[in-house]
Amino acid sequence: MQTDWIYIGLFLIVGALIPAAAIIVSTILAPRKSNPIKESTYECGIETVGENWVQFKAQYYIFALVFLVFDVETVFLFPWAVSLNQLGLFAVVEGIVFVGILMAGLVYAWRKGMLEWA
Amino acid sequence: MDFWSNPVKAAGDWLTGVFTGWGMNADVAHVLVAFIGILLLITVVMVLDIFLVWTERKIVARFQDRIGPNRLGPFGLIQPFADIIKLIIKENIYPIGVDKVVFNLAPVIMMMSVLLLWAVLPLAPFLFGVDLNVGVLYLIGVGALGTLSIIMAGWSSNNKYALLGAFRQVAVMISYEIPMVVALLIPTVLSGKMGVNEIVKAQDVWYIVLAPLAFLLFLISATAELGRAPFDLTEAESELIAGHHIEYSGMKFGLFYAAELLHTFTFGGLIAAFFFGGWRGPWVEQVPMLGLLWFLIKAMIGYWMFGWIKYTLLRIRIDRMLDLNWKFLVPVSFVLLMFVALMNALLRDTNFYALGMFLSNILFGWVTLEILRRRSRREREKVEGLTPVVEAGH
Repeated sequence: MQTDWIYIGLFLIVGALIPAAAIIVSTILAPRKSNPIKESTYECGIETVGENWVQFKAQYYIFALVFLVFDVETVFLFPWAVSLNQLGLFAVVEGIVFVGILMAGLVYAWRKGMLEWA
Repeated sequence: MDFWSNPVKAAGDWLTGVFTGWGMNADVAHVLVAFIGILLLITVVMVLDIFLVWTERKIVARFQDRIGPNRLGPFGLIQPFADIIKLIIKENIYPIGVDKVVFNLAPVIMMMSVLLLWAVLPLAPFLFGVDLNVGVLYLIGVGALGTLSIIMAGWSSNNKYALLGAFRQVAVMISYEIPMVVALLIPTVLSGKMGVNEIVKAQDVWYIVLAPLAFLLFLISATAELGRAPFDLTEAESELIAGHHIEYSGMKFGLFYAAELLHTFTFGGLIAAFFFGGWRGPWVEQVPMLGLLWFLIKAMIGYWMFGWIKYTLLRIRIDRMLDLNWKFLVPVSFVLLMFVALMNALLRDTNFYALGMFLSNILFGWVTLEILRRRSRREREKVEGLTPVVEAGH
């Protein structure tokens, strides 16, 4: 069990080092000839107008909130799914009630117009 | 037990023996052997990735009625190596106002998030990185790292279009993660296991038969998760130039590109593992290493399928895409999960388990489509009025 996670840790290190090595090798080999025009922000050849920081709609964060609710819910559903074969029909009914309550939340958000990207 | 029944373990044991023979601590030797194994696996995956570039270009060429790369080497096979040399010796350009640390970290994390998926992917009965008992949950957690990388790339680039593309793509990715997770819950329900290798072992009947709708759900949400057409909003060339990696060039762009292709292939592998029986196939009991061949064939078919979808369908507008997810896929996926769980509990011990599951899935799909058809007819009547539309030419 613990060795499994040591393995994952090693995998993480090697998995980060190999792409990093590609960038480092490229940094060593590549030429360095920069000038202001080359370094300007790229926008299809037209010069940038105004600030590069754009404001984004607040709707975006509401999607993130709805996502968070459902993502946490799925974490609860995994233990349920694993032990379903031992627990039988009653656990299925419990699961239906659990998801039903969350679906009511989704319907509420839907009715309130929170799911519109406009 | 001879060598060929489990060559990976045999080689690992032999190497551990060699290291301990040199007077090394047994724990250190184990870690070192695991390290060598990981290095080998990742190197093989990266080389595979190089050939995926070639495959992708050949596939797109065939779909667009072209031949594709054919000059360098037989069938243009050396072309991707030439591309890599070109990418490496390209200049590193840092545009004005770029946050250098985050800017460099983003492609690394992108590639890492894809490589980490291979840690739990079973390639053959005994050939896998590690058989985590929470494999499915791990896959979802690691997959979410890609989202982080996109927002890092978009934010650090100091470019309007990169930021817009990153925001849109993240909204899409987190939305479509929900149906994907639910689609992965269905194999978990059917097998009662979370380890990927254990799910493959449990598939005496492929899960595409037991849960075809879960497969469809996974295919759609995976396409969105990969950011490929028809859901390629981040790279909407005609609107955003290139999305989050617009300011990247040289090897860093190459890493984004390679990560996308490898991600697609990995999802082909996941589809194979969860729905098409992974390494299962004829003669695997006699020669376990044959499982690798079956797995790669299935994963390649999955990869080709993603390519087929990409080069056939047109891009969908973002509001419609999010509507499709939140108003259709999310409710349907949860109802489907509960339906599959219920049918599984009812039919588990009967003789017609596989047939019953398949037919009930077909029934579920038909009812869903019928409800959709009714709904769209109502919407149409609201717009067009109740008079029947007379088609021209009749």
